[in-house]
Amino acid sequence: MLSVPCPWCGPRDETEFRYGGQAHVAYPADPAACSDAEWAGYLFMRDNPKGWFAERWFHSAGCRRWFNAVRHTVTYEFAAVYAPFTQPPGVPS
Amino acid sequence: MSQPFRRAAGGRIDRSRTLTFHFEGRAYEAHPGDTLSSALLANGVRVVARGPYTGRPRGTYGIGAEEPNAFVQVDSGPGEPMVRATQLEVYDGLVARSLAGKGSLGEEPDDSRYDKTWAHCDVLVVGAGPAGLAAAHAAGVTGARVILADERPEPGGDLLGGRAHLDGRPAMDWVTDLRARLAGLPEVRVLPRTTVTGAYDGNFLVAVQRRTEHLGPAAPAHVARQRLWHIRAGQVVLATGAHERPILFPDNDRPGVMLAAAAAGYAWRYGVLPGRRAVVAGAHDGALWAAVDLVDAGVELAAVLDARHLAGGQAHRALRDRGVVVAAGHGVVGTDADADGVLTAAWVAPVDGDGQARRIACDLLATSGGWNPAVHLYSQAGGRPRWSDDHAAFVPGDPLPAVACVGAAAGTFDLADALAEGAEAGWQAAAATHGGGGEEPLPPATDSVASAGAPAACWITARADSPPETIFVDLQRDATLRDVRRAVGAGMRASEHVKRFTTAGTAADQGRTTGVTTVGVLAGLLGLPVGAVGTTTYRPPYAPISFALLAGRDRGRLLDPERRTPMHERHEADGAVFENVGQWKRPWYYPAPGEDLDQAVLRECRAAREGVAMMDVSTLGKIDLRGPDVGEFLDRVYTNRFSTLRVGQCRYGVMCRADGMVFDDGVTARLAPDRYHMTTTTGNAAAVLDWLDEWLQTEWPDLRVSATSVTDQWAAVAVVGPGSREVLRRLAPSLDVSAEAFPFLTVRDATVAGIPARVFRISFTGELSYEINVPAWYGLALWDAVAEAGRPAGITPYGTETMHVLRAEKGFIVAGQDTDGTVTPHDAGLGWAVSTVKPFIGGRSLARPDTARNDRKRLVGLLPADPSVVLAEGAQLVVDADAPTPVPMLGHVTSSYRSAALGRSFALALVAGGLTHRGETLQAVDGGQAHPVVVTEPVFYDAEGARRDG
Repeated sequence: MLSVPCPWCGPRDETEFRYGGQAHVAYPADPAACSDAEWAGYLFMRDNPKGWFAERWFHSAGCRRWFNAVRHTVTYEFAAVYAPFTQPPGVPS
Repeated sequence: MSQPFRRAAGGRIDRSRTLTFHFEGRAYEAHPGDTLSSALLANGVRVVARGPYTGRPRGTYGIGAEEPNAFVQVDSGPGEPMVRATQLEVYDGLVARSLAGKGSLGEEPDDSRYDKTWAHCDVLVVGAGPAGLAAAHAAGVTGARVILADERPEPGGDLLGGRAHLDGRPAMDWVTDLRARLAGLPEVRVLPRTTVTGAYDGNFLVAVQRRTEHLGPAAPAHVARQRLWHIRAGQVVLATGAHERPILFPDNDRPGVMLAAAAAGYAWRYGVLPGRRAVVAGAHDGALWAAVDLVDAGVELAAVLDARHLAGGQAHRALRDRGVVVAAGHGVVGTDADADGVLTAAWVAPVDGDGQARRIACDLLATSGGWNPAVHLYSQAGGRPRWSDDHAAFVPGDPLPAVACVGAAAGTFDLADALAEGAEAGWQAAAATHGGGGEEPLPPATDSVASAGAPAACWITARADSPPETIFVDLQRDATLRDVRRAVGAGMRASEHVKRFTTAGTAADQGRTTGVTTVGVLAGLLGLPVGAVGTTTYRPPYAPISFALLAGRDRGRLLDPERRTPMHERHEADGAVFENVGQWKRPWYYPAPGEDLDQAVLRECRAAREGVAMMDVSTLGKIDLRGPDVGEFLDRVYTNRFSTLRVGQCRYGVMCRADGMVFDDGVTARLAPDRYHMTTTTGNAAAVLDWLDEWLQTEWPDLRVSATSVTDQWAAVAVVGPGSREVLRRLAPSLDVSAEAFPFLTVRDATVAGIPARVFRISFTGELSYEINVPAWYGLALWDAVAEAGRPAGITPYGTETMHVLRAEKGFIVAGQDTDGTVTPHDAGLGWAVSTVKPFIGGRSLARPDTARNDRKRLVGLLPADPSVVLAEGAQLVVDADAPTPVPMLGHVTSSYRSAALGRSFALALVAGGLTHRGETLQAVDGGQAHPVVVTEPVFYDAEGARRDG
């Protein structure tokens, strides 16, 4: 069970959270202007790296706030958590 | 004579008290402190279980968690299958019997209490042997929060009953002192009888604490029998010790064959002679020391064999002092047994070549091929054990962050080294999480022992012509060398494959005794180094956990929260039959005396269509939306427009996911310029609120909107049918209920039955109807008032089944029943609710080539050719059920009922091509039977919508 460092509440058990997939995938400003391929890319295509990954979390059974996290997909280590619409702080390479 | 194998003195048992227990129907005596194994050995009972497939008799083999043979069924107390006799503490009145492979659950429900607890600590020390005790003490003196968990009844590990000395005193004196010191540290918690069974991400460990089992019938009823610990630890120190492994030889499964250190342990820890005349066979110094312990306990040593060609170590000298000469380079190549299958002799021969074998009579054959560090938790935490030639064992490989392995678990078998390692690891762990402090305690002094030489990796001693099916690799699975050879012959090379093919290592002991031995044997057959073959993966749980414990108190009525509306008690009084909708209990139907479901529903439907009926609709999801931008937000969230809704108006809305598939639907009303009241499907209320929050927080934080669940704050009663207007008029005399003043799809604040209320004129049935919402605490009063006001008109309460029939007759979908995440609004016949001018979530997806296909599954109605047939929901639709397989599937039935209004059965379905099949006859296949059905429009009743105005 991961210990997820909620930026608002502190470390809490993973079961209090909902996972939100890759971060920084913005909803297109004008979906109608997207080609079919661009729209399919937004809907279906996500990175799946082995290593550090910026992703979204929702503290659904806690403060009910969304945040972003940088987590390692092999070790599950959290390197940083940060507010939506901000860029990740320095991430280990 | 009672307990003929009990030594005259010694052992950690209380000889002042005698307990009585039953095994296989016979009464025996034991002492407090005995396990069932030690008690059976004391009474001379050698056969404890049988091989699951061979039926061969099996005896006690080990002394703890590694035991592969001695599993018993406990019949006393709540009863329990598959209990290790080596860990089962005897209590007065214990009743157990022998097993052959598997036990059975009792017929009676287990009403013992099981509970769970969550704990945080700076340092978790697993194992209270010498290294673990030193670690816990060194961490504890800093003031750090420490948990020390150990599976045995008391701390001490291998020091228990042993003959080691620390600081010049018997080691158990040191253990006793340390326990007292730990008890004086307020932040240190010692958990005996507690097995850490799993190590998960982020140093989250799960442990099973056995709290009252050892007390038998004396266990207090209010104390949980077992407790499941969820421990989040800053640092973990694994002092889990090591498991002794045997050397394999022909007929190595006979009662009387035992692990050597285990045999010595029975003599000294429990004061029991495991036999009177022993052959000891080993491949490392530990086996020789076990021989010393046995002879000092009074066991006659018929022979001591060492597979190694070594002499001159301290253990050799100790044996020579006792008149025993070690037969170097010798091993066991066979055993004899009596008529009961119990050991009577060992056949002994040189390990090299095929020298003459010699028969040596004995009733104990103590074997030890070395020690396997208990790397299970290290491995579960992500570590990869590596083979060490120096240890002739798999030891922890690369270190893990925040996890330390110490003592025998790390391959450090020397007592002095293990104590120093434990103390240092505990000290460092406390420093890393707590900050440390105080003065580092020194480990106790002890003599180091001069070794005769490194242990040998000796797996099997046998003659070239020994039958491989008599050499048991896994006793608990009856898996033999022949099985491993067959696996290799079939081309397998990976230990994981061989494990699955032979089942060796898959039993309740999970290969603790012979898992590594199997790897060694496999490596030998493949001609590979042991390290190149590698162990199988160790997965949780380390030891079996009962389902009763995992359930804890979450069973019966406490399994899941039960949500009840404020009117629940009235529904019960009215004889409602309930159904579960999510966690809600909703009235399903209200049978009159003698009615079944079908009869009750037909009556309820008629009342709603022809007279007046009422329903508790409190469970509907309700979300209060406030802020100046709610209208804009709803325009984006719903497929249709809500910003243009005037105050006091309602509108039906459909929500899609970004992929364009229907997610939820409901009626939303505008209460004020900046305030809307949204309703959702009962089962989807939480998901919709999450959905709104997600978009507001992560995409459109500029929109000034707040969303609050008010589902539980409102109770609601739907008054339905041609007579509903008259009922509402009586209840709310000050409200103008005329069709002109209170038209369809509007909302009014009113006083209803003296209660402040919000009345929606909406309809999920097609009939004239009103949904009266009041603060939840007035729910029951409202229900009673509606029932009273409707009494002259014969108002009829109805449940969810009637609601479904009425809505399906009108072709109204239920999101999640008639849709399944692959259905667009157009597929569901809701194209009329989809805006073509404004953008909304999912809108772009409706123009994707796949969603624009016209052969997509679309909503249709079905009329079975036989009007008495109610199709099964989920039944597949095909053109010709007798076509050659695979029969092309056109779709499936989503809703199916019997209609009072139509006087026949009908259904809704999703069919590829939808209404292009109108008028065609398809076949609905259910349970091998094909029912002809005609495809129709999905609206069966009042297609013009004339009835909603009453």
